[in-house]
Amino acid sequence: MVAQRKGKKRTEQTGKQSEGKKNLVPIFIMGQKYMVPDSLTIQKAMEYAGYQLVRGCGCRGGICGACGTVFRMPDSYRVEVGLACQTVVKPNMYLAQIPFFPANKAIYDIEKLSPTGEVVAKLYPEVFKCVGCNVCTKSCPMDIDVMEYVARAIRGDVAGVAELSFDCVMCGLCAARCPAEEAQYNFAILCRRLYGKYLAPRAKHLAERIREIEENRFEQSLQTLMDADEKTLKELYKQREIEPIMAEEDWTPEDNSFV
Amino acid sequence: MPYTAELKKLIKIVEKTRPARVERKKKGQEFPTIPLDEREKILKKYHPDFKSGSRRKIRVGPNKGYAISHEVVDILEARSRVDPNKIDLSRVDYQTDILIIGGGGAGAAAALLAQQHGAKVLLATKLRLGDANTMMAEGGIQAATKRGKDSPYYHYLDVMGGGHFVNDPKLVKTLVLEAPKVMGWLEDLGAMFSKLPDGTLKTMHGGGTSRKRMHYAGDITGAEIMRTLRDEVKNRPTDIKVLEFSTAIELILTDQGQCAGALFYNLETEEYFVVKAKATVLATGGSGRLHIQDFMTTNHYGATGDGLVLGYRAGVKLKFLHTVQYHPTGAVFPEQAEGLLITEKFRGAGANLVNVDAEQFVYEREPRDVEAAAIIRECSPDVGKGVPTPTGKFGVWLDSPMIDMLRGPGTVRSEFPGKDILFRRYDIDISQEPMLVHPTLHYQNGGLEINERCETSLPGLFAAGEVSGGVHGENRLMGNSLLDVTTFGRIAGLNATLYAKRKSLKGKLTLDHVRKYHRALARAGVKTDRIAPMILPDYSNPEVRKKQLTTQYQGTLR
Repeated sequence: MVAQRKGKKRTEQTGKQSEGKKNLVPIFIMGQKYMVPDSLTIQKAMEYAGYQLVRGCGCRGGICGACGTVFRMPDSYRVEVGLACQTVVKPNMYLAQIPFFPANKAIYDIEKLSPTGEVVAKLYPEVFKCVGCNVCTKSCPMDIDVMEYVARAIRGDVAGVAELSFDCVMCGLCAARCPAEEAQYNFAILCRRLYGKYLAPRAKHLAERIREIEENRFEQSLQTLMDADEKTLKELYKQREIEPIMAEEDWTPEDNSFV
Repeated sequence: MPYTAELKKLIKIVEKTRPARVERKKKGQEFPTIPLDEREKILKKYHPDFKSGSRRKIRVGPNKGYAISHEVVDILEARSRVDPNKIDLSRVDYQTDILIIGGGGAGAAAALLAQQHGAKVLLATKLRLGDANTMMAEGGIQAATKRGKDSPYYHYLDVMGGGHFVNDPKLVKTLVLEAPKVMGWLEDLGAMFSKLPDGTLKTMHGGGTSRKRMHYAGDITGAEIMRTLRDEVKNRPTDIKVLEFSTAIELILTDQGQCAGALFYNLETEEYFVVKAKATVLATGGSGRLHIQDFMTTNHYGATGDGLVLGYRAGVKLKFLHTVQYHPTGAVFPEQAEGLLITEKFRGAGANLVNVDAEQFVYEREPRDVEAAAIIRECSPDVGKGVPTPTGKFGVWLDSPMIDMLRGPGTVRSEFPGKDILFRRYDIDISQEPMLVHPTLHYQNGGLEINERCETSLPGLFAAGEVSGGVHGENRLMGNSLLDVTTFGRIAGLNATLYAKRKSLKGKLTLDHVRKYHRALARAGVKTDRIAPMILPDYSNPEVRKKQLTTQYQGTLR
């Protein structure tokens, strides 16, 4: 009755490593030496070494910013950075994760703000403390020119901050290493929201469509579909006209009775 | 890892057929689509859902006899993490109007709407606020916002067709009608969608769409939505309390049969604590980390299907869990990026899928299940035209360099900044070289049954987002999950608040439903040491584990 399954093995992540050939290299997790396969990311290497991650692990895909990591190679004084889930181990690297940093986060009502440099300066006065050391840019695992957007913030260029910081995963490594104690990633999202809400031109077609919906303009056509039997629905589905992929914005369908 | 010499040789073949394919694309000459009846055949033969022996019947609970993936049955046929007799429910640690379980898109949207309507909210989440599949969604969010060429009518048809015409019509209607409103709400919160200079929202096609209605923010649409919602939640600290690293273990009921909150576990201090709430919203997301059929997954670390277990034990029915979504294009090279999501937006922008001989074998915008099945077929021994990877797997090429040829140099870089940097880390320039892809476990099509007000059959319990089932039928289309979480998250937050104002909790708090479930397991002859919810997947190293002589594991957790 119950299908029998053979002893299952997780093909994902570290389990998989036991199958193939392994070339082990030493890494130092918070100073402790572990031998790990050289093909692993820092994250998987930590699991291979025996860690069960609770902090410092999120999407495992390079976008959530949970696994900011700092490391150093023994032949250099330089501190390098990376996301643990994206960075492949290097032999002899010394590493530590910085899963959280208590950076300043201003509380605000976005409805009551104006999209100006003064607003950013008022909520984050420390922005002017920048000493121009460029450590933030060097600390960004997303290769964002952080110092440049700090400069834009000082100049009051909200749109510039928004555009330059767009790829930010808010891991906090910039703030963690900033001698001026700035919260770059937090005022960056303030600027992006100010830009999105006030500076970017509004989508007029969206407002009009919402009005149409509020006027119940689609109730009847949707009701027809909801009442249709499967055969009719399939027929309508097959017949629907497909907008060509290279069509321009002003393309219109031949049948415009339901648009 | 840049491409190996062998793969570079194969890429040369792709380069040879590329100019002709670009020309055809420009002229609108697409590869033929698969007719509806043919779809059925290819799904049955190649889609993992239909693989024999891949499902089994649940032996307990409201869906007894329903056959779904072993991995999901495993967590449903499991015991609670706690002995209900050890929990002192007379000691309430937190009291709130609305409890929201889960800090992804649905949870955050619910919190904002509940707060807006005057409720005190407690949002508890397993990892950090925003650690969720929402953050990882790349391609976009569907909404019929373009007048003159699109409407909720066509969105409805597309959703139904993608879902095999079995979706819950009321949920679909709600989804397509709310979609533009949700877009307006997000624009108002300051989410930075990609726009034309006059403010028109840029839109693209996704698999199975008849009109270009996928709105996006670069290729990090989910991250943009999630970080905006998270910021807004954090801006309302007086009314919305957030507990991170706090994972739900069981729902708590009253002896009158209302949902009255939940029992939580603090992953850091290892304490259990009780939250009492007038209404509860389950927004725990999906289950990719169960690695169904041993597939790799695009999902978040915490996507272990916890909400399914909680709801099911409390008597809520499951729907559409018999189908699982495999995203057609997960990375299979380099090894470090295996399983990683490669957004459908690449195909929406015009990139072909081609086999080892650089031939097209499928229209690149079929619904996801059909697309995935076609890729699996191409890589199967039946066809044998997969591209071999250095780790012994097979994939097909996603020909991203076509996009710059179709839309101008620099498009890949500007429209796909996230993937651009990711592959650059591996010395691969995806505007010049194609990506090697294969289907990867992506989405839980089904889940707990809800109605269009997000109510479950348990009074006081609401559900929204991936944990729920019905709106996508048997297969979700691209761009409808970001829409799902925001639409139904908002609805759940609002209706939970209205419920909390209308109804008061009556009776004593109890975990009797857990005791009952344990008895049902025993009666059904389920003898198991499995524990659920799983909470985190097990990626421990077996070699290390053997030496952990005094370590105790509770399920997968140490």
